[in-house]
Amino acid sequence: MIAEAGLAALWLAATLAGLQLLLAWSAVAKGNEDARRLIRPIAVAQGVLTCLALALLITLFLRSDMSVLLVAENSHSMKPFIYKFAGAWGNHEGSMLLWVAVMSAAGAAVALFERGLDQRTHVATLGAQAAISLGFYAFLLFASNPFARLNPAPADGQGLNPLLQDPGLAFHPPTLYLGYVGLSVAFSFAVGALLTRQVDARFARAVRPWVLGAWILLTLGITAGSYWAYYELGWGGWWFWDPVENASLMPWLAATALLHSATVLATRDALRAWTVMLSVVAFAMSMVGTFLVRSGILTSVHAFAVDPTRGTFILALLGLYIGGALALFALRVHTVNEGSRFDPVSREAMLVLNNLLLCVILGLVLIGTLYPLLTEMMGVRVSVGPPYFNTIIGPITIALMAVLVVGPLLRWRHDDPRKLLRRVTPSIALAVLALAAALILSAGRIGWLPALGFAAAGAVAIASVLPLWKRNLLRTPMFTYGMVLAHLGCAVSLAGMAAESSFSSEKLAAARPGDTFEIAGQTVRFDSVIPIAGPNWTAMQASLTVSRDGEVIGTARPQARFFSDPPTPTTESVQMTHWNGQLYLVLGDQLEDGRWQLRIWWKPFVTLIWAGGALIAIGGALALIGRVRRERRHKVQARKPARERFA
Amino acid sequence: MKRSLILWVPLAAYLVFLVVASLGLTQKNQTVIQSRMIGKPVPGIDLPAASAMAPALSTKQMADGKPRLLNVFASWCVPCAAEAPQLAQLAQRGVRIDGVAIRDARPDVDAFLQRNGNPFHRIGLDARSTLQFYLGSSGVPETFVIDGKGIIRYQHIGYIGPQDIDTILTKLREAGA
Amino acid sequence: MRPLFIFLSALMLAGPALAQTALPPAPYADRQLEDPAQEAKAMALMQTIRCLTCQSQSIADSNASMASDLRSEIRERIARGEEPEHIRAWLIERYGDWISYKPTADPILWPLWAAPLVLLGAGGVLAWSRIRHKKVRA
Repeated sequence: MIAEAGLAALWLAATLAGLQLLLAWSAVAKGNEDARRLIRPIAVAQGVLTCLALALLITLFLRSDMSVLLVAENSHSMKPFIYKFAGAWGNHEGSMLLWVAVMSAAGAAVALFERGLDQRTHVATLGAQAAISLGFYAFLLFASNPFARLNPAPADGQGLNPLLQDPGLAFHPPTLYLGYVGLSVAFSFAVGALLTRQVDARFARAVRPWVLGAWILLTLGITAGSYWAYYELGWGGWWFWDPVENASLMPWLAATALLHSATVLATRDALRAWTVMLSVVAFAMSMVGTFLVRSGILTSVHAFAVDPTRGTFILALLGLYIGGALALFALRVHTVNEGSRFDPVSREAMLVLNNLLLCVILGLVLIGTLYPLLTEMMGVRVSVGPPYFNTIIGPITIALMAVLVVGPLLRWRHDDPRKLLRRVTPSIALAVLALAAALILSAGRIGWLPALGFAAAGAVAIASVLPLWKRNLLRTPMFTYGMVLAHLGCAVSLAGMAAESSFSSEKLAAARPGDTFEIAGQTVRFDSVIPIAGPNWTAMQASLTVSRDGEVIGTARPQARFFSDPPTPTTESVQMTHWNGQLYLVLGDQLEDGRWQLRIWWKPFVTLIWAGGALIAIGGALALIGRVRRERRHKVQARKPARERFA
Repeated sequence: MKRSLILWVPLAAYLVFLVVASLGLTQKNQTVIQSRMIGKPVPGIDLPAASAMAPALSTKQMADGKPRLLNVFASWCVPCAAEAPQLAQLAQRGVRIDGVAIRDARPDVDAFLQRNGNPFHRIGLDARSTLQFYLGSSGVPETFVIDGKGIIRYQHIGYIGPQDIDTILTKLREAGA
Repeated sequence: MRPLFIFLSALMLAGPALAQTALPPAPYADRQLEDPAQEAKAMALMQTIRCLTCQSQSIADSNASMASDLRSEIRERIARGEEPEHIRAWLIERYGDWISYKPTADPILWPLWAAPLVLLGAGGVLAWSRIRHKKVRA
């Protein structure tokens, strides 16, 4: 009964979405007042129904109802509670339901809480949101029904692969999903604003919290994914420019650009057309990312969890929504006033530069990712990988950091270049210092890109906190702290990347018990190897004692694991974290002569990479809280249009 | 006028993406890496015998006028066992098959041949995939058709099923058998 | 999402086709060359050679047996004094451009190298014209 109720809830929600679209059209195009009044409750009801459907699916998983196909294929009655729970979205159908549920819940939130927009634009926005949701309802109901029954029901499920039973994997995909869906709201706002020709500061203020929220989640998702790859794959790499990684990076880049241009629009009422464009692009990138991952066209050899009809469906939705929005943009946007004007030396100009560089990076990631597909059509198979992306995107990122140093220190509209020079002096001084230190420490053997990375990190570190200089710290708005923290996070992350790529040391060794190895001032002693067994794996476990200056600082137990079903060998690496880096230890195969392979890396300050990512996300969260609170206060104070102070 | 043209650029770029993506979807995915050595002479390498049941293999002596198959296999590879009946059938029809056992050990190859029969004329042991790299081969099993002049004429990637026998025979005929 | 994808690919390929050999790895698969300069050369090359059996990783960070054999092959060749680019060319001759992550000078890749210039140029012109334009009118 639960499955049928879930399916019924979905159908009902889909019907409501259709109704919502029709009513929105009637209200916006015909000025139908009755229709307008009905839209909000309908949007809320739709959100409630889809969340109910999701809750029902989770219930089915928790109860291990094997008469439901999805549960039987992906779950097992003996599975730990947390993975039964997360198993509900650990598959295609469930994750699409999660997507739809979050999307409708977001629509309901827009209906309930958004008060800044004028009513027509608000209604048009809800109409756009309903239109997107409709496509995904169709996808869910016609091509990926999560509630399909299995008859006869099997005694038990096929289980979730042991490797998937990782807390990181249970929550990593939904984090990215929530980010993608948040950008769908930005898209709906943009379409609504284009339809009613109300592209102005109010649009920017309405869209900003959603973009911020989505951006925080994407930042967290990418950071967590990178760390996961780092410790799980056992080779110490943290970014591979793999198509699936790029798919998650592209929406983040677009959202970062949008975040900054929305600030210009909200504060200075400039960059109207550009901000609308970016809102469309950000959601387009989310869909493109989903398409690339789900259709499997890029990772052709892994044509497994991929169903061509799914790819076709997502592509059709992509064509319909993004194509439609871009056409609307081209037709409508010239009726949008260009907005306020500004000088080449102004904060706006630097934010334009920021947007330009971010979009160039985005374009290059997209082109680089799709290029092998393009050449394959001409019968040539090529690989575009780290050597290309690092060479091209590295320098542009450094340029972006230079903009970051200058931008926040400039005034809006117009500023004096000579005063600017005085303000950036400390940053330049630290950049030179960092560069010199890097050159001296590496004895001049550092690559030019990491060297510039150190310089940029130094400059950004100073520049990011300068906006707090000589300010009353208690009265500084929270979103300014958010900006400071996020920019500081960039410096921290960049420093980690530069340190890891230029000062890492590697020790590959064949070892017998008793052997010792020196790496980065530490001594690793190989004590023993013993066989051990877990519930569904066996492993060889090494015992390694790490000491410095004769003093034992820890014991590491890396494993070479073998999962029996399906037969999968994995390496369980061990990371020993010190304040100045990580010791990364991996146990490899046994050699003919009985010795064991050991892979040991010293990765100085590598943790800064993810610490920086976390700082960026926390900064985003502060900015979000600060913005929402300020909007609230404005609404309470007066109904007059809020004019923001210079942030 | 100029400005309004620029406004259509995003849509145009997007349409290009859509075309590429939909062509990518309809295209039959190539999941294997074809060797570039087809049409070139077999690289000459001496390999030790992989088994007590067949002599060692030197790919330097393949230009002896007789076309043959060079089968890249391994005792630890399950599809290799699955293609054994097809290889036996080919051998029965008079096809000369030389084998290369990849990353293998002699006792394992012996056991493999006892289990699955021995269609091979000679078998070389390629303990470190060296010949594989020279051939531009990217996995096991793979089968190369080599003509009488020692030129590689055709590469069959993956397991030879009953449905592939005709193709292999045709390619051998084209190579002068 | 990448780990998920790697895992899934492992899951699908973990069948017989990729069953790995029990043979111990080749001598230099996971052993550094004695000369640090040679090792650095070899490592730089290995990081740009694509793994044949895992597809989306370089051979420098893959556990596949073919990748470890190729690592050993590359290290031994470097130790014998062969130049990295010569080894790359040798591999491309056998497997095509696909095996090298480092884009070659093949004309089919020219647009890829032109892309950053074109994007930066077009974006720069667009942004600059807007800013100046506004200043003149202001």
